[in-house]
Amino acid sequence: MTRLFDSLAIVAGILLLWTGVFEYAGDSAITGPLQTFRFAANLLGRADFWQHAQATLSAFGYALAISAVAGIALGLILGLHRFSGDVAEPMLASLYTIPKVTLYPLMLLVFGLGVSAKVAFGVIHGMIPVILFTLSAVKNIPQVLLRTAKALHLTPMQTATHLLAPAVLPEIISGLRIGFALTFLGVLIGEMFASQRGLGFLIINGINSHDVKRTTAVILIVITASVAANGALLALDRRAHH
Amino acid sequence: MTAEAGAHATLRAVTRTYPGARPVHALGPIDLDLMRGEFFSVVGPSGCGKSTLLDVLAGLSEPTSGEITFEGKPVRGVPDGIGVVFQEDASFPWLSVRDNVAFGLRRMGTDPAEITRRVDYAIGFMGLKDFAHSYPAQLSGGMRQRVCIARTLVLQPRLILLDEPFGALDQQTRLLMGDELLRLWRETSATVLLITHALDEAAMLSDRVGVMSARPGVFIDLVQTNWPRDRDSRIVAEAEFGAVTGRLWGSLRAESMKAIGRAG
Repeated sequence: MTRLFDSLAIVAGILLLWTGVFEYAGDSAITGPLQTFRFAANLLGRADFWQHAQATLSAFGYALAISAVAGIALGLILGLHRFSGDVAEPMLASLYTIPKVTLYPLMLLVFGLGVSAKVAFGVIHGMIPVILFTLSAVKNIPQVLLRTAKALHLTPMQTATHLLAPAVLPEIISGLRIGFALTFLGVLIGEMFASQRGLGFLIINGINSHDVKRTTAVILIVITASVAANGALLALDRRAHH
Repeated sequence: MTAEAGAHATLRAVTRTYPGARPVHALGPIDLDLMRGEFFSVVGPSGCGKSTLLDVLAGLSEPTSGEITFEGKPVRGVPDGIGVVFQEDASFPWLSVRDNVAFGLRRMGTDPAEITRRVDYAIGFMGLKDFAHSYPAQLSGGMRQRVCIARTLVLQPRLILLDEPFGALDQQTRLLMGDELLRLWRETSATVLLITHALDEAAMLSDRVGVMSARPGVFIDLVQTNWPRDRDSRIVAEAEFGAVTGRLWGSLRAESMKAIGRAG
């Protein structure tokens, strides 16, 4: 009950703030909530919008798959090999903090215009948190669990599947949740700068052609979709963490 | 050989040295006969190698030198029939209490009906019936340690090794857990070796108490208590209990001072 109330309060707060910005900046910068909802509903019924959404989702899908698979694999390797993990962890942490958007021009030169640059940009945002979470999950497995495995006569295979995997899974899910959000961010930024397709392109293109209605509506759709996805992942995350 | 007729496990000149740039001689030489069915406790100053002793006896690590046997056979790896309970919380947070307790049997491929029977018994015995479907995070430290004991109990060990299992619990809970342990010991007829730093715990629970020196740990005293088999924690009110604890502390005081860096 209180959670429902909290959610409603947050939505009401956002609508209030939105209306405030609209009153202050006027319709040359942003459209009001009601008008935006109406236009967003209209957009959702149009085929060309879904072509752009499709472009974003497929780039995001590739980027997320690479971030997840490569991130978990690297995290496991670095976590199991203590020395490489100790060397790599601070390097990854500082890599994580650099403003990656400054690398974008370079990535365009390397990957060219199109889907591969978007995917690459999503991956450099999303993969590092997955590596770091996996690495720390493996490093922090309590020694007593491994001793318990020995005391219960587990085979190495049983230890891996019945003990190590479930022990590290909750942290990996947390890493994937963060990686999910950041990969999406990376792909959208990629589309804003150098792309003719995708939701990021729709937003930037709307701004360039003073189509405020469209820009605001696309932003609303993107935010709603990512909040919903994050909510689902958070629920999964909570379940995994008992 | 006749001297060893009643011995369940034996340690002969067992030592353990941790290798490294400056090798640490942690334990021994230790000579000990654990008699079948006895409750034996080991007390000693912190860092004296008590846990190392348990590790090598359980087959979790190998002694640097010496011979260890369990039921007449040399110990290589953890033998069947030995159950271990650790000091740290070793319950699996991703499994319910019931699944935690059944874990070892399921990995061994025991018959499901037999698993149900043994798990029901262990859960009932350890007073976990109302928590069978709870997860460890929902339980207190004492309850989680019960889960770990139950998980060992279902394997029907003939020798149970406990490494300061109640170290993290408050005094009242420790006394009550001590009663549970005595009940378990009587019921299963297992041999029990308990590592503890609590003198009263050792004095109350044990048939014999081995007192260890500061590192490298060797036995400096063996105290026989002569308690009846159906004892419980109310024994702490008896005059003899004071005498036993007094003797233990008498043997241990100088060693404990060495361990905290002061001359005896």
